[in-house]
Amino acid sequence: MAKSIDVSDLNIFYRDFLAVEGVSMTIPARSVTALIGPSGCGKSTFLRSLNRMHEVIPGARVDGKIVIDGQDLYGPDVDPVEVRRQVGMVFQRPNPFPTMSIYDNVLAGIRLNSRRIPKAKADEIVEKSLRGANLWTEVRDRLGKPGAGLSGGQQQRLCIARAIAVEPQVLLMDEPCSALDPISTSAIEDLIHELRADYTIVIVTHNMQQAARVSEDTAFFNLAGAGLPGRLIEMNPTKKIFSNPEERATEAYISGRFG
Amino acid sequence: MASSVAPTRSRAKQRAGDRIFAGATRVAGVIILVALAGVAVFLTVEGFPAFGADSTALFGASSFVGFVWPLLFGTLLAAFLALLIATPLSLGVALVISHYAPRKLARPVGYAVDLLAAVPSVVYGLWGSAYFGTKLVPIYEWLEAHLGFLPFFKGPASATGRTILTAAIVLAIMAIPIITAITREVFLQTPKLHEEAALALGATRWEMIRMAVFPYARSGIVSAVMLGLGRALGETMAVAMVLSASGVITFNLISSTNPSTIAANIALQFPEATGLKVNALIASGLVLFVITFAVNFAARAIVARAEKAHQ
Repeated sequence: MAKSIDVSDLNIFYRDFLAVEGVSMTIPARSVTALIGPSGCGKSTFLRSLNRMHEVIPGARVDGKIVIDGQDLYGPDVDPVEVRRQVGMVFQRPNPFPTMSIYDNVLAGIRLNSRRIPKAKADEIVEKSLRGANLWTEVRDRLGKPGAGLSGGQQQRLCIARAIAVEPQVLLMDEPCSALDPISTSAIEDLIHELRADYTIVIVTHNMQQAARVSEDTAFFNLAGAGLPGRLIEMNPTKKIFSNPEERATEAYISGRFG
Repeated sequence: MASSVAPTRSRAKQRAGDRIFAGATRVAGVIILVALAGVAVFLTVEGFPAFGADSTALFGASSFVGFVWPLLFGTLLAAFLALLIATPLSLGVALVISHYAPRKLARPVGYAVDLLAAVPSVVYGLWGSAYFGTKLVPIYEWLEAHLGFLPFFKGPASATGRTILTAAIVLAIMAIPIITAITREVFLQTPKLHEEAALALGATRWEMIRMAVFPYARSGIVSAVMLGLGRALGETMAVAMVLSASGVITFNLISSTNPSTIAANIALQFPEATGLKVNALIASGLVLFVITFAVNFAARAIVARAEKAHQ
């Protein structure tokens, strides 16, 4: 199920503006890779190019290669909709569908893929996904209630349950804890630890302790100045990045001496 | 009405600007209620004598109900058909503008639709009766020939095209800009967050619209359709000019004998009405007023119940 991702010479544009330049990296399967860097360095943009969500913005485009399981995501006959069914995403702010119940939120992706599924099968998927997102015990007796009634942290775990319900190969997380309190954050981090066994996870975070806690590998993005494209400065095992980085810019950033 | 300067509530300084603005909004709110009440009182007082009137005052009908029911039927039928045509078209146009067309194209299309709303109804009436209706005649003949087994298309097809269906299509064209303008704005306000949630799950654009845009816009869509309905129910000139009315009750949409509508009937009869006949026409106006209210409330109640089911 989980697959590694090979990125080579990726350039990401907003119209004529080159936002991210020349990224090449290999993201290993069944492991957590953290993307860190200052605001505006292109790490979220890069993340969104991994499931072709980048191109949702008018004028946005990408060149280069992203290969998952031998297939180039940006190949000429690849349907972005198909890509997004393989590569799940969790956003910065929890975004359960407000008019849907908890139950229907979890099944939202499944219902897109296969119109009709038997009730027993649906129940099973809902329970499995909510258990997978460490939310089952908290919501088992109110599955019919709207997802918007949950706390922020619960909503975010509901979104994770919704993303893993379709059993994607890769799970992208764009600062999934930045809108959450410390206790909810810790719950999500525990969850990321467990999900690693089954999924390839890429997480953008501004919190360097979080990157150190949850990830095996860390990629540091930076930009040379305002208006210049963001670049991948260094990618290494997280232990090495935080103890003995290769690049001076990385060391300056993680030790708080910016630039 | 509670006074905001009640000394017991707060000793904090009242700022002049706040008080003036609060006062002005309150006055505006009261004026609209007074105007509405004024219309209701006028219609009730002036229309009341017609309820017991005899057939000479009721344009040949034996009772007030017998007089107003065919008109009400025609009004509702024309408005219903108009909305049946206008709602899907309007939602489609609004979606093109908000979600499908590239921005460069979307804006001019939006302006063009808004312009449709500025065309006076007399112009629609002229166009509908002198040009559009005649162009529909072959279609009506085809409908009669091929779908004549349905009561709606039993015919005989009108030779002038001035049928209730033509009137309904013209009403639909008049309602489209109103419905489109409002739904477009609501669609544009759909939170990006929810649209992206759907897309990231692998929704196609249409699936995203069904998952994120429509649920968010539901109450706005109902408001828009209600405003469109208001226009269709109350439209006078266009219907009076397009429709060749004979006051029957029929679901036959393409023949030359059609039910009239309340508003068109008032416009056509009022210039020559005297005495109790005037009261009868005003009373029919009261019926239209009440029906419009009732339909609006019913629609609101349905939406409120649907929203509540999700809480």
